[in-house]
Amino acid sequence: MSCVQTIADYGLRSIGIGERLLPRGDFDLCTQVTLIGSGMLWNLYFGTLSVIFGFFIANGLALAKASENPWLRKPADGFIFLFRGSPLFIQFFLGYQLFVLLPRAGIELFGITVATGWLTKAWAGALIVLILNTAAYSAQIFHGALQSVPKGDIEAADAYGLTGWKKFRRVVWPTMMRLAWPSYTNEAIFLFHATTLVFFSSFPAFAQQGDSLYYANYLADKTFNPFVAYPIVAAYFILLTLSLIAIFGIVNRRLNRHLPGATQKIRYRPKLIR
Amino acid sequence: MFEYCADPKSLEGLQWLSCYLTTGTHLRFYASFGTVLMLLAITAPIALLFGFGGALASRSLIAPVRWFGKIYTSMVRGVPDIVFFMFVPIALDQLFEYLRSRVYCDASVPVRQGNDFVVCAAAKLPRADAAAWVFDVYGMFLAVLAFALVFGAFASNVLYGAMQSVPRAQLETAEAYGMTQRQVTRRVLIPQMWVYAVPGLSNLWMILIKATPLLFLLGVEDIVYWARELGGSKTQSYAYPHPDWRLYYFLVILAFYLLMTAVSERVLARVSRRLSLGQATMAGEAMRKAAT
Repeated sequence: MSCVQTIADYGLRSIGIGERLLPRGDFDLCTQVTLIGSGMLWNLYFGTLSVIFGFFIANGLALAKASENPWLRKPADGFIFLFRGSPLFIQFFLGYQLFVLLPRAGIELFGITVATGWLTKAWAGALIVLILNTAAYSAQIFHGALQSVPKGDIEAADAYGLTGWKKFRRVVWPTMMRLAWPSYTNEAIFLFHATTLVFFSSFPAFAQQGDSLYYANYLADKTFNPFVAYPIVAAYFILLTLSLIAIFGIVNRRLNRHLPGATQKIRYRPKLIR
Repeated sequence: MFEYCADPKSLEGLQWLSCYLTTGTHLRFYASFGTVLMLLAITAPIALLFGFGGALASRSLIAPVRWFGKIYTSMVRGVPDIVFFMFVPIALDQLFEYLRSRVYCDASVPVRQGNDFVVCAAAKLPRADAAAWVFDVYGMFLAVLAFALVFGAFASNVLYGAMQSVPRAQLETAEAYGMTQRQVTRRVLIPQMWVYAVPGLSNLWMILIKATPLLFLLGVEDIVYWARELGGSKTQSYAYPHPDWRLYYFLVILAFYLLMTAVSERVLARVSRRLSLGQATMAGEAMRKAAT
């Protein structure tokens, strides 16, 4: 079987297109690279969507945490503590159990029946947990950045007569983003790494359609050889990390474009400043 | 546990609960919290040691040692830690068995035969006739080693950065006094680097706490394992039938971890205060001003 044939058969295996059964006997390098690569689609799906949704929630949370009103601040504090203080692994378990407990038939809401079965599937349930998790971590980063917006910037905005939303949108928020961006890059990278946990926690892989680590684990189990499958995952993730740094670097340059010479290269410090 | 627990089906309310929560399996569930704490207590010092070695190696003047240190330090960058947790135990296990098979078995038989990893009975680790606890201990040993290797790499990142942050002038002064390279490292560099290392190490400790549920994936009977076992719905054939209670068990685990992080945060804040005292850093300066 040629490598092109393998890619055609298994390239989209993880999303249910191509061969129904996983290969049994013949695990050559091409098969392993293809299968694990197809699993990366799930990692990309989870990572990208949760970064996008999490970003907006995190902004709201950061502002709520910085608010003077205790009715806003306390819940935000609690939410951030809950999700930053507990392991993501446990959050997946809890999330899954919660979704399973929802009535199978759906919930009656204002006369409309809302279906809940899809929440127990990984594509939705795990995504929700990941979004909430990254929202909490990013909110902490954004809150820290918001606290370190220079006083002079705000006084200058006041002097120009900017108030309310305009002041926030034109002065506070861009500076907050600029200060938070290097840490936020790290958080995004870590989030993509955390997506490998999805199919190892409670969320079942439907019809063996799992992520890259799921397939790597499958292959390592079948071949009794961890020295091929896991390095392939590692290589894929190094590529992913490098491309994330490149993409976030472009945004970083844009955020710092008014400050000549201030653009610092984003250094990825793994997980240490979460 | 209690005398009235002899016939659990006849019990009700609090009595039933008190019996239910003190069954043998529940006691093992409580003991598994100890397993987690033990893992933390064993792993943290070993990881710190590995990290120390890695950081010193990456500063070494001998090129191969430095390369080794750099590779070890950057090993965890860009790759999810869970990949290492899956990889390291199997890899180490196969390495040990391979080495033993070269000594105890016929060395001409290859260990990899197709999709199988075969060693003779004498090289198996642990031996097939060993007691069950030996397998448990061996599994735990591999798990601890995997944790220590991965977190050692993180720690060496932190410690390397901390060593680089010690003001250059301090080291040069020590050299001017005629200290050798080793003396400079031991008497000046290492005592001064801790204050720079503490924020990173605190963070690392938090991450280590939050990584402990992964023990479950390594096959250790930890809290996650028992929560799933005990929480799953029990039919009438069990002494204590109940529906699916896994949610409540996981809530207990959640509370445990939240408590752990909250306590750690308090303690680490104190440690960092203590270390900043009298240091030429911003925090140290603030404390000096507050005192006068």
